[in-house]
Amino acid sequence: MSKTYYLTTPLTQEQTRELQAGDIVYLSGIIYTARDAAHKRLVDLIDAGEELPFDLKGSVVYFVGPTPPKPGDPIGSAGPTTSYRMDSYSPTLLKHGSLGMIGKGKRNQAVIDACKEFGGIYFGATGGAGALLGKQIKSAEVIAYPELGPEAIRKLEIENFPVTVINDTHGNDLYKMGRALYEVK
Amino acid sequence: MRIIEFDDVVKAIRDIIVHCGTDLPQDAYDALKTAMENEKSPVSREVIRQILENADIAKNEKRPLCQDTGLAVFFVKVGDEVKINGGLLKDAINKGTEQGYIDAYLRASTCEPFSRANLKDKIGYNLPAIIHFDLVAGDKIDIEYAAKGGGSENVSRARVFPPAAGKDGIVEYVKEVISDAGPNPCPPITVGVGIGGTFEKAAISSKHALFRNIGSRNEDPEMDELEQRILEEINKLGIGAMGMGGTKTALAVHIEANPCHIASLPVSVNVQCHSSRHTHITI
Repeated sequence: MSKTYYLTTPLTQEQTRELQAGDIVYLSGIIYTARDAAHKRLVDLIDAGEELPFDLKGSVVYFVGPTPPKPGDPIGSAGPTTSYRMDSYSPTLLKHGSLGMIGKGKRNQAVIDACKEFGGIYFGATGGAGALLGKQIKSAEVIAYPELGPEAIRKLEIENFPVTVINDTHGNDLYKMGRALYEVK
Repeated sequence: MRIIEFDDVVKAIRDIIVHCGTDLPQDAYDALKTAMENEKSPVSREVIRQILENADIAKNEKRPLCQDTGLAVFFVKVGDEVKINGGLLKDAINKGTEQGYIDAYLRASTCEPFSRANLKDKIGYNLPAIIHFDLVAGDKIDIEYAAKGGGSENVSRARVFPPAAGKDGIVEYVKEVISDAGPNPCPPITVGVGIGGTFEKAAISSKHALFRNIGSRNEDPEMDELEQRILEEINKLGIGAMGMGGTKTALAVHIEANPCHIASLPVSVNVQCHSSRHTHITI
């Protein structure tokens, strides 16, 4: 049976190793946005041994390219983008201390293995629910690569942001588990 | 000859883009509601509930339904008795697209293919629009519009089969495409299938099939039957809403079939996410 958790970032391995695929988590605190182009730059910095624009330890990275904010709002619509495009970069971030990713869609085996090894969690948010999810973001600030536009790295303050554990630290995959329950062969 | 002002076209295009960005069309909303009522998985039911709540928030607060506000795709039938005064029809559609995307706070998502540099300052905000023109008799311009997101486009495929593949081959192929796609295209999806013609004709037909209202039936009884058969097969895959597992992976399958070469059976599968933002106007 899936459980419900309320967690605040930065996460600890004590917290992440307790989570199971299918659990519902309401996340609060600070998270960082990054899509394809920003991931490439982060991994290039790590490879070069240079400082990153934010502290990876216990961090949660959100794969999102939001719409522009309406006047008076911190951010526009901000639902997850498809995560497999970050598969080649995510294991490096997990290895260097990041503990969470928020996106939608399948991850490859290397990411699932890295979650096991480094205590990371892949959370799914509801794709196409950008208006609803955007409302759980209380502040947003571009902290790196403004020239990337929607792909810039943003520091977000979130409150009770609803996500589901897709890949846990035990090698489980909710997409496979859920499908097995309803597939008619 | 009927004269239509360039600026009137710009305004009409701008208005449908603003509307579609924030207001999920009724056919899509109703189909999702029915899917929620019939979905067997409680997890998928909750996902569809969130999707419907999102649509309500977007409509009431005029917020984009999704952060992927898509590339703007048009199918335009131009009457042979129409003249645009003040510029080219293509330019009017692009100008209206840019204004709509800016005015509704939608995202500029076009970029160069390799540098990935955003084109908003070089070509225009979310330009160019993808426009398919057709010439018809009459004094009107018929415009079908859809916002097409990247996640569902990325799982779309085309293949030219030998004629012997037949209907069974097509059913298996569509199943394979949707099975491989899994959660990625944001199910519950609409599946457009283009059959026949040439390689590109099948692809364009599969795109146009997505513009049909969800819940409408194919006028060709043979294709209607094939649509129902493929839909049933897809929903046996168990993918469910956002891939969480469930019985409602697709809301509908729409087929457009064309005459083809005696040697070939082209098939294209184009997928639309649950946020099927589309509309149809006549000027």
